[in-house]
Amino acid sequence: MSAVTDAAPRATRPHPLGQSVRDSLVVAKRNLIRMSRIPEMIIFGLFQPIMFVVLFSYVFGGSMNIGGSTDSGVYREFLMAGIFAQTVTFATAGAGAGIAEDMHKGLVDRFRSLPMARGAVLTGRTLADLVQTALTLLVLAIVALLVGWRTHTNVGEVLGAFGLLLLMGYAFTWIGALIGLSVRTPEAATSGGLVWLFPVTFVSNAFVDSSRMTPWLRHIAEWNPFSATVQACRELFGNPGVSNSGAWPMEHPVWASLIYSALIIVIFRTLAVRKYRSATA
Amino acid sequence: MPGAIYAEGLVKTFGDVRALDGVDLDVPEGTVLGLLGPNGAGKTTTVRCLTTLLRPDSGRAVVAGIDVLDHPDQVRRSIGLSGQFAAVDEYLTGRENLQMVGQLYQMSAKAAKARAGELLDQFNLADAADRPAKTYSGGMRRRLDLAAALVVSPPVMFMDEPTTGLDPRNRQQLWEVIKQLVSGGTTLLLTTQYLEEADHLAHDIAVVDHGRVIARGTSDQLKARTGGERVEVVVHEREHMAAAAEVLAGFGKGDTTVEEHTRKLTVPVTGGAKLLAEVIRELDVRGIEIDDIGLRRPTLDDVFLSLTGHAAEVKDADEDDEGGTSADTRGRKRKKESVK
Repeated sequence: MSAVTDAAPRATRPHPLGQSVRDSLVVAKRNLIRMSRIPEMIIFGLFQPIMFVVLFSYVFGGSMNIGGSTDSGVYREFLMAGIFAQTVTFATAGAGAGIAEDMHKGLVDRFRSLPMARGAVLTGRTLADLVQTALTLLVLAIVALLVGWRTHTNVGEVLGAFGLLLLMGYAFTWIGALIGLSVRTPEAATSGGLVWLFPVTFVSNAFVDSSRMTPWLRHIAEWNPFSATVQACRELFGNPGVSNSGAWPMEHPVWASLIYSALIIVIFRTLAVRKYRSATA
Repeated sequence: MPGAIYAEGLVKTFGDVRALDGVDLDVPEGTVLGLLGPNGAGKTTTVRCLTTLLRPDSGRAVVAGIDVLDHPDQVRRSIGLSGQFAAVDEYLTGRENLQMVGQLYQMSAKAAKARAGELLDQFNLADAADRPAKTYSGGMRRRLDLAAALVVSPPVMFMDEPTTGLDPRNRQQLWEVIKQLVSGGTTLLLTTQYLEEADHLAHDIAVVDHGRVIARGTSDQLKARTGGERVEVVVHEREHMAAAAEVLAGFGKGDTTVEEHTRKLTVPVTGGAKLLAEVIRELDVRGIEIDDIGLRRPTLDDVFLSLTGHAAEVKDADEDDEGGTSADTRGRKRKKESVK
């Protein structure tokens, strides 16, 4: 004990950007270690999308009309881009709950009393969630292949589609981070993080052909940022059901997906970091 | 020259609640200030303002010579904070927790690792170093939390109720750790609702209530303010209380406090044990049967009572049912109610 106050290394002052990256990685590592010690979370995270694949493709498959085809095999290929996209958005709830829990347990107080980069706690969390999302997508893609999903383009385009999916998932975790910082309990963050995802993912082209919707609903679906990514993935996978709509995000889905994701990151990161600075448990 | 921790007129409101109502503090370098008060007095809010977690509405604070409001980042380099709820990641091991904190204090990964090892040894956590913190006992978690606050050996430390919820043995252990720490010259601000703890650890005590420092001084100075010793009698029969009060009035140097429901009478006295013997004789002569009698020296509890009109160790739940507050408080509350 006598050495407690002896010459321990002093805090130094590093370059702001380098510090930000380094601190974010330290926090990301912490969150990944955490996730690896709670494997149930990852397993349940996988369970839901797999269940959706099976339910949608077998239960709805036979009664869907995609581009004039009612073949359930066609629907299955159509469906996968939607399920992938929905799966990455569900990472939002995990990020929100994780951050709310850190606040609740006093860890955010600890972090905020340390001379670390301001956004690093949140960036670290969202990066860790990105890793988890990537793993989930990988497993889901294997399941999709098993139930008959195929791509009909080249490797570059397929990887590009997964890139867009991960980018959107990353963008959405910032919305989750803001929700997590805004609610009082981790439980509220979980339900608050999920509830808005249902309209966002269902009022879209993910599970049905949006051109068959009532006009006002169709417009919402076609301009929904989520739909842009789904449309882009269908295009890049060469899967059926690519919308012929003249709406700009449907005509240029890759650009639309990139722009939407970038906008969401900029807006929600700014809001979340600002909220973090004044956060009180 | 202001001390290592200095605050002037700190005000913080949350909606209608004035959590801090002009807190002034001055803690000389190398000393320990005990911030003493019940729940909701403003202790934690004060710590949060001084540690950059909360921005006060008005007032000024200087920690380790740095203005807290102007240069919060610099302040963070010079302070260690140990919270009321042990803020460690329970899924990380003790070692991983300390390493992470070290790195976030901007130490290199290697230096953070070495420092984590040192601290684990010093805090008797070496055996549990590679177990997740959620397997730790309450005392071990507090020690880990304290170790995390000491990673860079900050010159100024804040501990918010470091022993709340610990059993007596663990509390004693933690006190020893804190004593050794401050003997090394660290300036410490410690909040507590345990009077014994402030008495034990702090050079100076500031009593806080309703967001204000209502008294300040050494433990002895505060006790002196409450007056000297007193005789406390518990009579056996309720009917004897009036007669006993009469006896005590004859010996006392002030008003006799009477608590009907506990049959307890208290009076300030001078004269010590000799006087106590006389009181017993006199009660005996008058045939007043007693359950208990004693000479009591003032505790910080009495100090708190005389300053605030309510006991210090008031817990939230007890405020509602009045069940666990001290007898004095209950007596006073009842009296107030009956006046209404």
